[in-house]
Amino acid sequence: MYNREGRAWRTRPDPRKNLIDIMKSHIGPAIRLTLVMLVLLVVIYPLLVAGIARFAPGAGKGETVTANGKVVGYAVIGQKFTQDRYFNSRPSAVDYNAAGSAGSNKGPSNPDYLTAVQARIDTFLVHNPGVSKTDIPAELVTASGSGLDPDLSPAGARVQVARIARVRGLPAARITELVDQHTEGPLLGLFGPSNVNVLALNVALDQLR
Amino acid sequence: MTTEWMGVIAMYGLTVLLAIPLGKFLATVFKGEPNAFDFMKPLERLIYRLGGVDETANLSWQQNLRALLTINLVWLVLGFTLLVMQGSLPLNPDGNPSQTLDLAFNTAISFLVNCDLQHYSGETGLTYLTQLAVITFLMFTSAATGIAAAVLLFRSFIPQTAETVGNFYVLFTRAITRLLLPGALVISLVLVFSGVPASFDGRDTIITLQGDTVGVSRGPAAGMIAIKHLGTNGGGWFGANSAHPLENPTYLTNMVEMVAQMLIPVAMIFALGFFVNRKRFAWMIYAVMTIGFFLLLIPTIISELGGNPAITHMGISQSTGAMEGKEVRFGPLASAYWSIATTVISTGSVNSMHDSSMPLSGTMELLGMMVNAFYGGAGAGLLNFYYFLIIAVFISGLMVGRTPELFGRKVEAREIKIASLVALLSALLVKGGTALSAWIFVRYGGASDWAVAPSAWLNNPGFHGFTEMLYEFTSANANNGSGFEGLGDNNFFWNYATGIVLLFGRFIPIVGPVAIAGLLARKKCVPASSGTLPVDTPTFGLMIFAVIFILTALSFFPALTLGPLAEFFSLK
Repeated sequence: MYNREGRAWRTRPDPRKNLIDIMKSHIGPAIRLTLVMLVLLVVIYPLLVAGIARFAPGAGKGETVTANGKVVGYAVIGQKFTQDRYFNSRPSAVDYNAAGSAGSNKGPSNPDYLTAVQARIDTFLVHNPGVSKTDIPAELVTASGSGLDPDLSPAGARVQVARIARVRGLPAARITELVDQHTEGPLLGLFGPSNVNVLALNVALDQLR
Repeated sequence: MTTEWMGVIAMYGLTVLLAIPLGKFLATVFKGEPNAFDFMKPLERLIYRLGGVDETANLSWQQNLRALLTINLVWLVLGFTLLVMQGSLPLNPDGNPSQTLDLAFNTAISFLVNCDLQHYSGETGLTYLTQLAVITFLMFTSAATGIAAAVLLFRSFIPQTAETVGNFYVLFTRAITRLLLPGALVISLVLVFSGVPASFDGRDTIITLQGDTVGVSRGPAAGMIAIKHLGTNGGGWFGANSAHPLENPTYLTNMVEMVAQMLIPVAMIFALGFFVNRKRFAWMIYAVMTIGFFLLLIPTIISELGGNPAITHMGISQSTGAMEGKEVRFGPLASAYWSIATTVISTGSVNSMHDSSMPLSGTMELLGMMVNAFYGGAGAGLLNFYYFLIIAVFISGLMVGRTPELFGRKVEAREIKIASLVALLSALLVKGGTALSAWIFVRYGGASDWAVAPSAWLNNPGFHGFTEMLYEFTSANANNGSGFEGLGDNNFFWNYATGIVLLFGRFIPIVGPVAIAGLLARKKCVPASSGTLPVDTPTFGLMIFAVIFILTALSFFPALTLGPLAEFFSLK
């Protein structure tokens, strides 16, 4: 057969024979190289990291927080705090159960979502009389990405001080001081926002009594 | 706020500062010149010997492509088999079930192609065995595949006629022993000492301070999270990915993970410059990509810091910006930066939920993936950039009446056909897929014999719901892996449809450019003369940018107006 320029078409090899050739020349190295890499990347590498992690805080199992001799949580995983006597944490799409993790995935224009945000604002105002709407930081009425956010912004903690002082019968100044003590500044004082770990703050709050 | 800006500036600055020397180092690695990691040679020889690889063989581009595709097929079979059997295999302390056939099909392909779209949550959808032997393994090998393919492409820029273009097995092995494995080890160490778990203990149960009983999923995650970023893979150990406090516990880990994921894509540009000794050309590519990156980043930052206008209406000041789907320890600025970095490069890991991004940010995230060549994935970014380059050479050659040529080799009909087809294919896959899903959503919305009725797919109504479907196909085609995760995607339709798009979206852009490069390499090299169109000037950079802009705008703008842009104009 000839194409337009009059040159012969390249004779097509029998596809089956072609496939066998490819298999022969490449499948052997492909399988053997895969096995070697499995040993290197799936056995040696993770065991090495796990071995080194034994010397890290929490020994690679996750660092825990203890109060009164009992483990009450993991240092970096947020917990649900809805009682008025504790600093409340952010809304969560997974109710702070770290067996899973997720955000709400609600779009900014979703009407049901906006209704839910409005309801959170109203609830917050009921529990915190005297706070004006503009002082409520956005994180207190929006769900986090992981559903396990351990932190609040310093403003998110301070806006709750008056309520906690009232419920616990403690002077507000002492609680504000506690919030300040638990405020972590930016990394090296240079990079990123300040935040307050809610679990650590509430553990310390319980010890104020 | 100042410190948040400084954090973002530091992340970008560090990336470039590290990428230049790394690029120089990588050039020596791939040329086989002596370098600091020569102590790996005995290990590499052992790998070649056990692997049955002849390290001295120089292969043609067809042989290299066959080698690449064959070994990828082996990994696909391995991954799929383990995923459908994982429930009855060891290292499953949480007793998680095996994946269904359609989910395993999607997952195995997704990680094979460096995409890491996840239609499951790591806490319940995988076992420690598959997290390591499928997910972590493919994260290394898919990144090394992309890098090796890009280096095969580099060879075509060297001005000498050559039938052979290098050896895939050697490039692949060196990418692992001299770049990915040592790099991932260093990052793992930072992560474990910042609180990321690495032991094999299963899920814990605790009683919280307030008295609730909750579980805490754990596992040998640190090593996987390191390569997830270094290899621009992006699939999370946990469902919430790098928003999860155990996956990304501090601002420090956030910076490390961010720099790690952008490092290789940027370094590969400079590696190209050093490899073919055309540094000006590399800087031109870097400049085009960087301008593109910032054009997407700035609107995103502005809209995220501005907060959700609908919530502002309720009287909330949002002085820190929009917080839905974001973590306090990163703040909206670092989250906005991450959302664009992860979409322009093909990582697709997230530290905030993109489904809750502001509409304009969603547009920019989509555009980042639609272009997919502003930095791009490890190796893959340059492969994608290459076909824009070929088209730009061709068009500007025609505009000034010169024979289109690239580094002394004529660009002719065959090359330009391949490049155009690759460029058009992504538009077809993304828009075709979205159109199909939208049609099914409308036509079979209430179909009760589907495992998940299409009407239950979307987590949000209206324009935003359409964007969820558009985003999923865009992410699959770009091999990105991030998602508008509200989409109910673990079902027959989405698992198979995106699985197929993933395969095309990965291997066509590898085969196309490597084939073009192979064809060009065989042509006679004409020395540069005054009649040669220089490709390392700002003018030509502008030309490439125009080609990228026009191709993307023409292909995708209509789809964007139906989704995120419509939402932007309707949100008050």
